[in-house]
Amino acid sequence: MSGVTWGGSLAGVTNPDVKLGYNAPRNGPDGKPIPTPDSSLPSSVMVQLVSSTGSTTFPPIDVPINSTTTQLEALVHNLLNPDSDDDSDDDDDEVEKKKKKKKRKVESTPYAFYLSPHINPSGTTSTPEDKELTTSLLDAIKSFNSLATSTSSPPIVSTEKTLTVTFQPLAVYKVRPVTRCTDTMPGHTEAVLHVQYSPSGRHLASGGGDTTVRFWDTNTALPKFTCTGHRNHVLTVSWSPCGTHFASGDKSGTLIIWDPSTGASKFTYKAHSKWITGISWEPMHRNEGKGERIATSSKDGLVKVFNVRLQRVLFTLSGHTDSVEAIRWGGEGLIYTASRDRTIKVWGAEDIEGTKAGKLVRTLTGHGHRVNTLALSCDYTCRTGPFDHNGLNDGSADAMFARAKSKYTEIISQAPERLVSGSDDFTLFFWHPTTSKQPVKRLTGHQQAVNCISFSPSGRHFASASFDKKVKIWDGRNGNFLHTLTGHVGAVYCVAWSSDGRYVVSASKDSTVKLWEVGETKAKETLPGHADEVYALDWSPNGRSVASGSKDRTIKIWKH
Amino acid sequence: MSHLALPPFPHPAKLRTTPQHEHMERHRKLHGRRMDAEERERKKEARSVHKKAQFAQKVTGIRAKLYNEKRFKEKAAMRKTIAEHNERGNKHANDDAVADGAVPAYLLDREGVSRAKVLSNTVKQKRKEKAGKWDVPIPKVKPVADDEMFKVLKTGTKRNKAWKRMVTKVTFVGDNYTRKAPKYERFIRPTGLRFKKAHITHPELKATFHLDIIGVKKNPSSTLYTNLGVITKGTVIEVNVSDLGLVTTSGKVVWGKFAQVTNNPELDGCINGVLLV
Repeated sequence: MSGVTWGGSLAGVTNPDVKLGYNAPRNGPDGKPIPTPDSSLPSSVMVQLVSSTGSTTFPPIDVPINSTTTQLEALVHNLLNPDSDDDSDDDDDEVEKKKKKKKRKVESTPYAFYLSPHINPSGTTSTPEDKELTTSLLDAIKSFNSLATSTSSPPIVSTEKTLTVTFQPLAVYKVRPVTRCTDTMPGHTEAVLHVQYSPSGRHLASGGGDTTVRFWDTNTALPKFTCTGHRNHVLTVSWSPCGTHFASGDKSGTLIIWDPSTGASKFTYKAHSKWITGISWEPMHRNEGKGERIATSSKDGLVKVFNVRLQRVLFTLSGHTDSVEAIRWGGEGLIYTASRDRTIKVWGAEDIEGTKAGKLVRTLTGHGHRVNTLALSCDYTCRTGPFDHNGLNDGSADAMFARAKSKYTEIISQAPERLVSGSDDFTLFFWHPTTSKQPVKRLTGHQQAVNCISFSPSGRHFASASFDKKVKIWDGRNGNFLHTLTGHVGAVYCVAWSSDGRYVVSASKDSTVKLWEVGETKAKETLPGHADEVYALDWSPNGRSVASGSKDRTIKIWKH
Repeated sequence: MSHLALPPFPHPAKLRTTPQHEHMERHRKLHGRRMDAEERERKKEARSVHKKAQFAQKVTGIRAKLYNEKRFKEKAAMRKTIAEHNERGNKHANDDAVADGAVPAYLLDREGVSRAKVLSNTVKQKRKEKAGKWDVPIPKVKPVADDEMFKVLKTGTKRNKAWKRMVTKVTFVGDNYTRKAPKYERFIRPTGLRFKKAHITHPELKATFHLDIIGVKKNPSSTLYTNLGVITKGTVIEVNVSDLGLVTTSGKVVWGKFAQVTNNPELDGCINGVLLV
């Protein structure tokens, strides 16, 4: 087999400046020496590195079987940037500087690696057998081999075979874990039912049982506007992806659109005869970036789509026979709704080929009990729209649209849109809703109703919170189970991801918020302070703070 | 045989009740009404209630029964009509009031999930502890005298010593209790009357749990009884509530909580109590 030899000794190899020399004692990321391969496995394997978007495929390389992820990372950096060895020249012209800047970016990007047992040159579709490399190549191969012996299929490693390793870039920036309560914001005179940060992370809004919507200043942690207008408990709130509109829905079915810069209401509409369970804005990258449409779901079994600019109902989606519990406006021009009638329905939101706006596209069935919650792999991208992780965007409308679109295409190029639904039958279903009405996988493990699911911003993982006091982390590419996070002593109500996808926070009935690091099963931080159940939780998209709303009528801000 | 052609003569009673032809109207048309006709009608109408009342008081037997039945129906219809007329003017106190106990959308419509507040108020409990008093369900109990509580045991070879006492009530003895030598053991707590568990009712959850006793906090009769771990009616005991999943404000699981005994354990053979929350 042809390919560059990337031998164990590295003597006389053309790329001599790998920062972690292979001759150095091999230590894992935790500092412990990595066990040497046993005799049944070859000392090196042929590996083909493929980027997750499928755009880059390197020729097969012979690498030592006990290569760690950091070493693979160095290898990818080297392959992506082959001229990195000319560090010595000190040319100060602009082109060189730019190049260096780009190079630095390439070198600092961390990667996640997935080992696939099949030869899969495109790399875009992940098979359910894919395994993430957590420590080293050897460990992943061993786990595959132990699986292979039990199912009597041939082991994946042989000198004849080439392994496909997919690498996926992780967030370059790091969000610092929250550890303390910096502010307690009283104001609501009844339980706080929903809090949400604006897509830029600079504003915070909350809806409460005292029928008010309140806007807060995140810098000073002081109230900005108190908006009255609702006549009943404000159950759900939502910022538009551009951050210029804000919607809130109450228990009597009224939808109000607010102007977050002044706190004035723009549009009040008695949308439903019963309470509003969810609100979802049209993603910024659809519909020429106008982002003026909004969908609401309600207990009365209907879903309505409004145009905020025209201030009227565009269409009503009726088809569910019971309360609609969750709604998501996907990035592909589809609206997903989950209902108590045990089905998930997919509706067309636009007139694109094959579908008309307001028409039922498909019905996803599988759940045995009411479906409580939905999560989309692109939820975070759609929510933050044109804003980057610093909460900045480029001013003009066209630029914002272009930015939102490029962000979305980057995410969707790695994997197609995935939907996860959680139900009272204690299971989750993993769907590819844009193409199929068959579930990809049924995820079991929870012992009580699943209340909340949340995809990590990159779509690599998702977390599910259940009334059985557990949070479970699953692989976002294929729905494989990864970890159970135990520690809460009451039902878990909400989970939220940090914007870099490395931490999860969860809010529980036991009045605490807990912070978890992905990959560990014990809480990294327990954040007590609320005097009663914590109902709402959100991690700011710029990663600086977490807000939690509680039955004790306060909102707490948690920071590093 | 002319009677065959004529209709049968009507019954005299029928003749009286049903006027033949519209002779009243005819008369009115021809001659007009009396000048005071309206006034008389009004008065008659006004007097009719009195007349009816008089009749209702006078009437007896089956007629009374039938009349009252009819009157009852009339009155019900009347009440209904009045209510209908009042509908608009009625004051609706709670139309705009927002219900208490706001819960997020995901908890709405979840019956079976107890919404009772089970958080402990440790601060309150601590304050009470400091004062040495509890606001307890049974504030006053009959004091138990020493001679009721203890039975004198005769000891010594001649059985002439009487310094030993046996507790005749239910006691709680901790797991790590070791008996003293008989010479020093003044109080004997019989094993037959020892208890380790109690049925404790949570007053807000309205549920009863079979919980381990951790200790006797206070026997109201005497500190001596408290030290001996005697459980009588009104005694405050500490129970292990870790199964209940109560949580403090700092997120820790509460495991010890106080409860008051509400029955006479020595008579019932079990300990019942209420949790002090």
